[in-house]
Amino acid sequence: MSGSSKVIENAICTFCGCVCDDIELTVDSGGKHITQAKNACVLGKAWFLEHKVEDFPVALIDGKEASLEEAVDAAAEVFVNAKFPTIYGLSDTTCEAQKQAVAIADYLNGNIDTTTSVCHGPTGMAFQGVGESTASLGEIKNRADFVMYWGGNPAEAHPRHFERYAVNPKSPWMPNGKEDRTIAMVDIRPTQSSMIADIFLQIKPGSDFELLWAMRALVKGRALDRSVEERTGISLDRLEALVQQMKDCQFGVLFFGMGLTMTRGRHFNVGALLQLVTDLNDFTHFVSMPTRGHGNVTGADNVVAWQTGYNFGVNFNRGYPRFNPGEFTTADVLGRGEADALCVIASDPGSNFSAKAIEHIKSIPVITLDPKPTVTSQHAKVAFTTATYGINVPGTVYRMDNVPLSLRPAFDSPFPSDEKVLRAIKERICELRGITPNHKPAA
Amino acid sequence: MSSAIRIKNGKVYDPLNGIDGEIKEICVQDGKIVDSIPDDSPCIDAHGMVVLPGGVDIHCHIAGHKVNLARKFQPESKRHDVSPRVNELRSGTGGSVPSTFTTGYRYATLGYTTAMEAAVPPLGARHTIEELHDTPVIDKGFYILLANNVCLNQLLEKGRMAEFKEAVAWWLNAAKGYGVKLVNPGGDEPWKGNRNSNVHNLDEQIRGFDLTPRKIIKALIDTTNDLGLPHPAHIHCNNLGHSGNYTTTIETMKTAEGRRVHITHIQFHSYGGEVGKNPTSKAKEISDFINNNPNVSADVGQVMFGDATIMTGDAPLTWQLRNMTNKKWINADTECESGCGILPFSYQEHIYTHALQWAIGLELFLMAKDPWRMVLSTDHPNGGSFMNYPKLIRLLMDKQFRKEQAALANQKAINSTSLLDLEREMSMYEIAIISRAAPAKLLGLDNKGHLGVGGDADITLYDDQEDKEAMFNAARYVIKGGRFFIKDYEFCSDYQGRILHVEPEYDRAITQKIKPFFEDYYTIQFENYSIDDSYVHDGEVVPTKSLS
Ligand code: SF4
Ligand SMILES: [Zn+2]
Repeated sequence: MSGSSKVIENAICTFCGCVCDDIELTVDSGGKHITQAKNACVLGKAWFLEHKVEDFPVALIDGKEASLEEAVDAAAEVFVNAKFPTIYGLSDTTCEAQKQAVAIADYLNGNIDTTTSVCHGPTGMAFQGVGESTASLGEIKNRADFVMYWGGNPAEAHPRHFERYAVNPKSPWMPNGKEDRTIAMVDIRPTQSSMIADIFLQIKPGSDFELLWAMRALVKGRALDRSVEERTGISLDRLEALVQQMKDCQFGVLFFGMGLTMTRGRHFNVGALLQLVTDLNDFTHFVSMPTRGHGNVTGADNVVAWQTGYNFGVNFNRGYPRFNPGEFTTADVLGRGEADALCVIASDPGSNFSAKAIEHIKSIPVITLDPKPTVTSQHAKVAFTTATYGINVPGTVYRMDNVPLSLRPAFDSPFPSDEKVLRAIKERICELRGITPNHKPAA
Repeated sequence: MSSAIRIKNGKVYDPLNGIDGEIKEICVQDGKIVDSIPDDSPCIDAHGMVVLPGGVDIHCHIAGHKVNLARKFQPESKRHDVSPRVNELRSGTGGSVPSTFTTGYRYATLGYTTAMEAAVPPLGARHTIEELHDTPVIDKGFYILLANNVCLNQLLEKGRMAEFKEAVAWWLNAAKGYGVKLVNPGGDEPWKGNRNSNVHNLDEQIRGFDLTPRKIIKALIDTTNDLGLPHPAHIHCNNLGHSGNYTTTIETMKTAEGRRVHITHIQFHSYGGEVGKNPTSKAKEISDFINNNPNVSADVGQVMFGDATIMTGDAPLTWQLRNMTNKKWINADTECESGCGILPFSYQEHIYTHALQWAIGLELFLMAKDPWRMVLSTDHPNGGSFMNYPKLIRLLMDKQFRKEQAALANQKAINSTSLLDLEREMSMYEIAIISRAAPAKLLGLDNKGHLGVGGDADITLYDDQEDKEAMFNAARYVIKGGRFFIKDYEFCSDYQGRILHVEPEYDRAITQKIKPFFEDYYTIQFENYSIDDSYVHDGEVVPTKSLS
């Protein structure tokens, strides 16, 4: 066994929503370190190569080392003693773990929410309002001759998005790759991404909605006056030419990022964009897609949705799922000081939520599951160290286009998976709450 | 022996064994139906109850990417239709596209114990299996979409039939599918590649291919037969919903040339009239054809008044409906494999077309001479939720009720059909055929749909009531795999259910032909495409039939 290094082909990178599945990993002879990650981008390389199995304790209770069993008991204790336990995070773990987390929320009549609520929650809401036309990334690679990015910087956030999916790939329908496509970027400032664009629209900050609405009007053949330029920074002539190009293409795609979802207008912006794309389908085939960030945030959306009917911000206080963003989204639940226990899986709200929410986090018992210490885990009543998905843990993840993939872990970790810990906590909760198979003996 | 159950004094309907309402004892042991069990075994006194095999749904949409999109899409249909947690039984939400747990429990509450998800692009099969794991109680499988598969179509246009057959078998294995589904054969290419257009004629050339829809249909009918799959090609014909489409449907059936074929939701394909004008009923013509061609089976795809969700691989159809209703709409293309459209929908009594569709479905049921080949479905949730099955059964069994309901619907539509002249009332035996025995038989599930020795102990007991809708709405006992799921109207323990799939043999060399295609056309690695056995740890391989 020892002495020779091991190669894992077709391994899957979960660092960003591209979820590239063509990585070739070399694991050193000790079996505890990745020495090469062929095909990965700079972010992916860092993700794989910097992964070390650290010498952390498997669990801490009140900052003191504890066994896994003790910590599971303590976590279950925290949960069953809470009236409004809230579970949050989930975008950087497997679907198998996500399922256990939703089950816990269900059995506790608690609250569950994912990082979707702070990135593409508005996309989910806009989608509920107007729907979407979308496609898997391969259809875009194969056919898209007009590619637009709005409010995102894939060159830096999703480094292989251009190469693998939307800009450079050649296909039987796009034999010359990028030359066969028109690339357009919309942003408030030039970026690494906009440098490769054929068309760059630098728009005034906060004018996304107006611009999208103006484009909708043009698609529908309505007359617009020239004031659109003053409001958005884009002249009517340019806009007309652009819209014409969009109508004339054979297969268009509009990707959008948090520059659209998290700025003024939020779900109105996304609704306008999704509806623009729908309108364009009167003329040609046109699709859209949010460029999702975390490796399995799309899986989190899916799991929460198939188990409850809603994809984030779900509350079980009444014994069944209810959805209301702003009410059951974690930032709000914490900001209002409502939750009396918090479980965080693979996320760090203690470092990026509002001051009010963080203050509340510090005042309630917190359970964390993470491969590494985080700001949130410093305040935790119970902190678990878990194995890293994709590198140590197998399971299912979803690419940003909802295509599911099975992970190919490189080596074992001494730490348990999120799934294992959550499953144990769930079982303990069921014991404590008397939730058991109601198996009456036959007649 | 806790695993043994005796059911005595019940009125048993078991058409596969020719049992028509006899008072008969059924013995269960270790999940199977057996001859006898020890005298002191637990016993249900089923006096006053009807005993049926568990229901089998041959065509529904309950799991996978498109279903989940439809869930996320419609919060408005969920808030007023919740399903609270009951002890260990998980909570969920309903509407026409319920959450996974709720789907399983609701099917089982109606007495259904097997259901087939009807449209899965192989690239999304992993997702479908994940959801099916969370769809409790029922056994389940899914059909994979192959009629717009670019790789297969390239083999076909070049006439490489041997490789085509191997590739179909490989695809079934790779995706862990149960059967082969055709949706609007040839229609994806014009939809995705030519400004949302479509094909309309079986002999029209498909853009980009030296191929016609008919050639694809013929090849997949032949291949599914040649592979000995338990269920033949399952076809959603071209021109769904279009006035005058019944000729396309008949042409599709003729293409089988006597070989086994299943036409799904045939109600949506039984329209006369001219394109762009109001449809008329051609239920008679379709029924006559099926009555005279024993190689053809169909499920009806009954429309039920109320809320529904259009959810189909037929993207151009959904787009057309979207333009009529102007409702929110989803399109979702899957690379090289499929299209998909989703639209909230509502069938309304007063609307001519909806009332006509409702009447045509009933005509098809009532005109079928052989109930073994015209089975029950609403194409859930397309024609309405499976929760409508009890009402549909009452419509078929109760002529008076049917006439009352018809009186509430658009009279111009109703009077243009022969519905009011159809006096037939289906018997309990016939209901047992169209909802249990026949779908199981058409699926090639030898252990399901009957209560004979060796069968799976999937059994439903209903109180024998005059109002068949009330009766079928709530089973009194549901036994799944020999265990109680419902006992005396109450939920017992949860139950996982199995995934049914096929593993037809194929020549491994075919992967050398498919792999280069993946490199050119797909965005995932060929090696990451096939679904690992670990995904179906609770699966059951249904054997292919020996070929003669
Ligand atoms: S693009 Fe994203 S998924 Fe692909 S290698 Fe880079 S970080 Fe990993
Ligand atoms: Zn269907």
